[in-house]
Amino acid sequence: MYIKQLSVFIENREGRLDDVLEILKTNNINIISLSLADTADYGMLRLIVNTSARALEALKNNGFSASLTDVTVVRMPHKIGQLQELASLLCKADINIEYMYSISIGQDDACIVFKTSGKIEQFADQFKKDGVEFVTQNDIAAMVK
Amino acid sequence: MIWNETKECMSRDEMSCLQSARLVKTVDRVYHNVPYYRNKMQQAGLEPGDIKGIEDINKLPYTTKDDLRETYPFGLFAVPMSEIVRTHASSGTTGKATVVGYTRRDIDIWKECVARAFTQAGITREDRMQIAYGYGLFTGGLGAHYGAENLGAMVVPMSTGNTKKLVTMMEDFDVTAIACTPSYLIHIAEVLKETNQLDKIKLKTAVCGAEPWTDNMRKQIEADLGIHAFDIYGLSEVMGPGVACDCIHHKGLHVYEDHFLPEIIDPTTLQPVGEDVTGELVFTTLTKEGLPLIRYRTKDLTSINYGKCECGRTLARINRFKGRSDDMLIIRGVNVFPSQIEAALLEMNGTTPHYMMIVDRQGSLDSLEIQVEVEERFFSDEIRELENLSKQIGHVIQNAIGLAAKIKLVEPRTLERSEGKAKHVIDKRTLV
Repeated sequence: MYIKQLSVFIENREGRLDDVLEILKTNNINIISLSLADTADYGMLRLIVNTSARALEALKNNGFSASLTDVTVVRMPHKIGQLQELASLLCKADINIEYMYSISIGQDDACIVFKTSGKIEQFADQFKKDGVEFVTQNDIAAMVK
Repeated sequence: MIWNETKECMSRDEMSCLQSARLVKTVDRVYHNVPYYRNKMQQAGLEPGDIKGIEDINKLPYTTKDDLRETYPFGLFAVPMSEIVRTHASSGTTGKATVVGYTRRDIDIWKECVARAFTQAGITREDRMQIAYGYGLFTGGLGAHYGAENLGAMVVPMSTGNTKKLVTMMEDFDVTAIACTPSYLIHIAEVLKETNQLDKIKLKTAVCGAEPWTDNMRKQIEADLGIHAFDIYGLSEVMGPGVACDCIHHKGLHVYEDHFLPEIIDPTTLQPVGEDVTGELVFTTLTKEGLPLIRYRTKDLTSINYGKCECGRTLARINRFKGRSDDMLIIRGVNVFPSQIEAALLEMNGTTPHYMMIVDRQGSLDSLEIQVEVEERFFSDEIRELENLSKQIGHVIQNAIGLAAKIKLVEPRTLERSEGKAKHVIDKRTLV
């Protein structure tokens, strides 16, 4: 149901993003998607990677403040208005989207990563009708070789 | 001009006689009225009769801020509470304030001392004076206010915080004198420059204190504003502003010795050092009724000179301060101990995160930034949570020290540690 997202705290100074990416590269970790939320002093780097536990360990060993966060990933048809329907559904259920970003994978489908304030399993049936499905950790791992 | 020539110009012999007589009385009073002092003296095997004059001062035990803290709030007061007409307080290192109390006579002596200081700076009843220290528990505002009124100047009680209004009134009221911290005066000068009011104001004198500054800063202020600036010294425990002040010759701050007996000691051996040797300044109050203090260690480092000044005063002069013998910082006129920050963070989280205080002077005002390492237990991947954390830290710190600080979250293990013990302060201010 949930996917482990890797979240890394990085200070807004030269070379820190490079440091994180270097560690991931050295540890043979493939990035499937990422988003960076920034403030004046620091940023929060959020990553979907093929092996999140190993990535976390590698970053921690290098002194980074990092954690794994449960996020939801859904796959939906690549058509106009699809994302709006999803947002509207959550809004009606009074569920807040803390943040979201996308994974681009192909011509026909789009993947959206999001963290919400409440559980969204309840919408599984409704999602199915719209052709929206939950993406599993295995699906994620299969996205890269 | 000299406010009280009899006292300010007496010979060294006369002064020693007067100080001795007053010291004997003070010691007798604290012995009989303050159990805490009596215990301390008894432990040192002393009776009031053992102190016959200032030559016996070295027999007496020292008093420190810890003694005031231990007897919080009124334990060192030497009169019935009904005699106390005013209290002031400064923030303490562990959250508890240091409380001081004054009788009506103490207030009279305080305003006499401040009037002496302002007179020394050339201020008279013809002057219009803005008091731009904070009014309230801090002694700066009310202390300077009463002194200026006593002198007969027209007082404009500005307090701090509204510089626009201050400069408007400075021009509209033809203000000729101001009392404030030196850094605030530099800020005022900048605002006057921005608003093109520099040539419209009539300011000629400033009496600045409550934070360290240098002779070069004074000269800069004097040149920028076309005024004379003077250094006033005081601390709430001993009285407040007006314990000492410099004169037009700027060769040290005259101590009002008939009320405050100064000593300079070696802060390690606690033994007195000679004239012109740098050490820690210690005061014994000679006339205070509410809160007499015996050999109070100020932690301020300076030296003393007993020579007669060109201005005619014979009062001993203390030099510009060379630092502190503890880790106290003065930021925007507020006393701050790193331990206060530590205690506040501890209260918030149960354990203290690694932190660093960065004190700087941006433009003319002191700035305080506190960097806090984002450790695992603070970690959230939501910016909103991290911003809440910053706000919360800012809030507890403001409550603890009475100053707004910028909180900056930094990565773990990025703040400097030295010799196993974390270093907590970087003071980038250079007083030149």
